[in-house]
Amino acid sequence: MINKLKINKLKEKLISRILFFCGVFSILITIGIIISLFSEAISFFLRPEVSIIKFFTGTNWRPLSSKVSSDNFGVLPLILGTMLIGIISAIISVPLGLGSAIFLSEYASEKTRDIIKPLIEILAGIPSVVYGYFALSFINPIIQTVFEDWFGLDVNFFNALSASMVLAIMIIPTVTSISEDAIRAVPGSLREGALSLGATKFEVITKVVLPAALSGIIAAFILAISRAVGETMAVTIAAGATPRMTFNPLNSVQTMTSFIVQVSFGDAPTGSVNGQSIFAVGATLFMITLLMNIASDFILNRYREEYE
Amino acid sequence: MNNINGSISSNLRRRHRIGKIFLALIIFSTMVGLLMLTILLIDIAVEGAEWVRPELFLNYHSRKPEKAGMKSAIVGSIIVMALTGFFSFPIGVGAAIYIEEYAEKSFLTRLINININNLAGVPSIVYGMLGLVVFGRMFGVFSPDSWLVNTFNLPVGQGALGGMEFNLLGIKWLLIKLPFGRSILAGALTMTLLILPVVIISSREAIRAVPNSIRLAAYALGATKWQTISKQVLPVSMPGILTGIILALSRAIGETAPLIIMGAFTYVPFLPESVWDQFTVMPIQIYNWITLPQAEYRNHLAAAGIIILLAVLLSFNAVAVFLRKKLEIKW
Amino acid sequence: MTNNDKPKLSVKDFNLFYGKFQALRDVTIGIPENQITSIIGPSGCGKSTFLRSFNRMNDLIPSVHTSGKIELDNENIFETDVVELRQRVGMVFQRPNPFPKSIFENIAFGPRAHGVRDKLILSEIVEKSLRQSALWDEVKDQIHKSGLALSGGQQQRLCIARALAVEPEVILMDEPASALDPIATLKIEDLIQLLKVKYTIVIVTHNMQQAARASDFTLFFNMADDRAGYLVESGNTVDIFTNPKEHQTEQYISGRFG
Repeated sequence: MINKLKINKLKEKLISRILFFCGVFSILITIGIIISLFSEAISFFLRPEVSIIKFFTGTNWRPLSSKVSSDNFGVLPLILGTMLIGIISAIISVPLGLGSAIFLSEYASEKTRDIIKPLIEILAGIPSVVYGYFALSFINPIIQTVFEDWFGLDVNFFNALSASMVLAIMIIPTVTSISEDAIRAVPGSLREGALSLGATKFEVITKVVLPAALSGIIAAFILAISRAVGETMAVTIAAGATPRMTFNPLNSVQTMTSFIVQVSFGDAPTGSVNGQSIFAVGATLFMITLLMNIASDFILNRYREEYE
Repeated sequence: MNNINGSISSNLRRRHRIGKIFLALIIFSTMVGLLMLTILLIDIAVEGAEWVRPELFLNYHSRKPEKAGMKSAIVGSIIVMALTGFFSFPIGVGAAIYIEEYAEKSFLTRLINININNLAGVPSIVYGMLGLVVFGRMFGVFSPDSWLVNTFNLPVGQGALGGMEFNLLGIKWLLIKLPFGRSILAGALTMTLLILPVVIISSREAIRAVPNSIRLAAYALGATKWQTISKQVLPVSMPGILTGIILALSRAIGETAPLIIMGAFTYVPFLPESVWDQFTVMPIQIYNWITLPQAEYRNHLAAAGIIILLAVLLSFNAVAVFLRKKLEIKW
Repeated sequence: MTNNDKPKLSVKDFNLFYGKFQALRDVTIGIPENQITSIIGPSGCGKSTFLRSFNRMNDLIPSVHTSGKIELDNENIFETDVVELRQRVGMVFQRPNPFPKSIFENIAFGPRAHGVRDKLILSEIVEKSLRQSALWDEVKDQIHKSGLALSGGQQQRLCIARALAVEPEVILMDEPASALDPIATLKIEDLIQLLKVKYTIVIVTHNMQQAARASDFTLFFNMADDRAGYLVESGNTVDIFTNPKEHQTEQYISGRFG
């Protein structure tokens, strides 16, 4: 009997140790990410043919060029391409997502909401490779027709706009759900106060509810960009692989993620310049998304405090 | 003093009209997403439906479009998902139990919470790079010139990666290869890390939903903490946990980038015999077809592959919804 | 009572339902103009619901439906435009609910919505409303600071000023002082007395002294066995409190239930 109790106690202790390990495992993942990205990135920067200053300030990204030189490792074209796509897709998805959030939270009946919300959520569940296909097979021909045939503009077959548009569709559910939370957090008493003054519903929403929910909406905007920045397959398929400094969304660009994929397919040997360059780009990408996520979290927490 | 009453009747109609235009606009923006979803599905069905035929399941990729299939990709996806579920279930649920039932309010607990939320926002491609370094290469410690190999004089193979093979405990079928390289095992472990934050978050919610009275009742009967959790809390929260894992897997099955970075292949003309074999998965095969120049691949086979991928996704989600509806306990 | 000759608001056979549940039954009453009318009764008797019927605030609850009539100056409020109605019938809520904007913006919101664009006129309205609500002297130097920075009592007077700014004819007050301390409460009561010169005021209160002290006319509501609220009796406040006709009224005002 005593023996059994002892064994039981030991067992309890062992189990709590195992569970503790599971609990801190997620921290190990983060440490792993940081070590694996940064150790390779640092070896990349320590190479004689690479300069960390030129990496962050250079405007030429030609890593596959036969002449290995620090002049060819300027990451700005990749960052610009990434941000171009990220910002355009946020500009498209935020009004649409915010519009549906307003509709769902202020106008739709409970029943309508229960039908439409899950349908919108499906958009976030469709794999990004499918959006890539959709960009080439459906969005691209439309862009070609509108901009090339109607307006006579020069449109690359692979272009930032079609990638941005499919990413925007993909991000709509994220924007909708964060904005909806923000709108719902605005106390009903403010709506009543405004309505009782004889404001129309439109005036209540645009002049009272949305300003009060502004921080949540800004957070949604930042998170939307962050999502788009981290997306890979849709941009790899639709945006092309031309690293260049351009603000023209009709051009083909290369993003940080699509560069990483390009090199991974190219089977660059471990320890080569290119094999290591993807880690420098990956670490930059990781830092950019991390900063944006922290910023949006910070803004969200602030507005939560406002109403508690 | 002005009297605003006079101006009211004059612009009231305009204000109502603006309200109606606004409502029309937001209904339109709600519909854009749904419309796109519809167009996307129709587009894929039109392009791909005819190409969903037995060859798609029975053949490997071929240079002749009419013969090409995605057999190895389908099998690869199934094995990767099964292994991912197998690995992420115990770790994810264990972490959720720890946070919900064991962890005290401390700095470490707060750190774990913040960390999990941040991990959920890390781009999936970064997990691919993590998997490549940790599982694929194991930091290069098994390369011929590493300190580990030199210190212990390990029998590693030649080449940049080096690597060693041995049978665990001398048992013949317990073959271990280090590092994991571009194997199914490395892919599944990478995917495990990717979905773990999501699994932990959803398992936590399921465990938190169990009323405290159940725990107290078990303690009152003299059960130990682990007995209470394993016999009372876990069975009750299992539907929620399983739903979360299935949904996480359904996200993972469409993930392409991490496996490409990790080193999955685009062309695998055989079925894997063990977890050490090379592999490919459905989204990579689809990506590969999208990038081929011939329209049969680019338009039709890719769409057919997408139909299969979406069908698998849909059935995963259906199972999750079914689990939630059928096994849900109402409090 | 002579005031009843020309009621500002008149209610005829008014019934209100939340889905199948009847919350108000067969209410018929006239609310006198330029007087303070208080509505008293035990909790759950539907007095707030009744008050919110006058500016159709109950429209916000999808399950609510009504029968009977409420007329504002002989015009059925259920047939007028609700936005126009709410401009004419203002409301002050139980808890102060200033917008998270400056004091100026809080008050300018209403007039702006109703089409006043001129900055000068707006600041005139803001000053006048703040003076009317006896808040001007306290806040005149900080009208561009957030309305949320004010004390509870000041916030409530800001909400009254906000309501006055759209020049309503009737002001509904739903227990306007219940969330305030005694001193702030007295200030609000004094203010209400000043306002009745220009406005018709209807006030729901849980505090019988307040009703006795501050109102001219009183309605007593009670709950029937099926929990539907109904009007027990109405009359001059003095009469209701000194010489009630109904036994229930007497019991309620002497504090035996409620």
